[in-house]
Amino acid sequence: MTQAKYRVGERVRVMKAYPPGHLRTPFYIRGQAGTVERICGAFPNPEELAQMRDGLPPQPLYRVRFLQKDVWPDYQGSAADVVEIEIFQHWLEKA
Amino acid sequence: MKGQGKDRGQTPIFGHSHHDMGGQPAGRVELAEHEHGDWERRVDAMCVLLWGLKGGTRRISVDEHRKNIEALPPQAYDTMTYYEKWTVSLAQCLVQRGLITTEELARKMVEVEKRDAG
Repeated sequence: MTQAKYRVGERVRVMKAYPPGHLRTPFYIRGQAGTVERICGAFPNPEELAQMRDGLPPQPLYRVRFLQKDVWPDYQGSAADVVEIEIFQHWLEKA
Repeated sequence: MKGQGKDRGQTPIFGHSHHDMGGQPAGRVELAEHEHGDWERRVDAMCVLLWGLKGGTRRISVDEHRKNIEALPPQAYDTMTYYEKWTVSLAQCLVQRGLITTEELARKMVEVEKRDAG
């Protein structure tokens, strides 16, 4: 299993990349910075599984919390509103 | 990465996949329930068995299934029903895994069309 690189509370940024294939990182969150809310465990990489390979070793999966006002420039709601997304480690870098 | 063809530099080769719609402007979501037909139940059952979710050997992964659905052309993606998408993807997965051949699928499709017409 690949070791978890990030800790709860740590700031991370989502890679801003647009490769083809089955991706589990939504378009709108790429390039955004957030905070690790929890480590969900480690799972076979779905991007590899989608290409008919085994996806091993399992990749750490994080739930990352982003502020809505950071994600959407014209956000009208509370400044405290968040969106949480589960993102695999290989999509993240230290912010 | 930008294309080198006509309009070069304007159109990303890889960019925003059509299915990845989160955050895009959209109309109202029309919620509608319907009774599933037998064919829909069959497609569901075949997929669950092939994914190995109820025991047995996993022949295809859910992720392959999703990849094939996401690869549908935008117009097909927007107009096909849920299990129509599953059906196309299931056929793709089975051929990609070598569990059936395109020829076998083609012959069966012709056979079924004839049966239903007769």
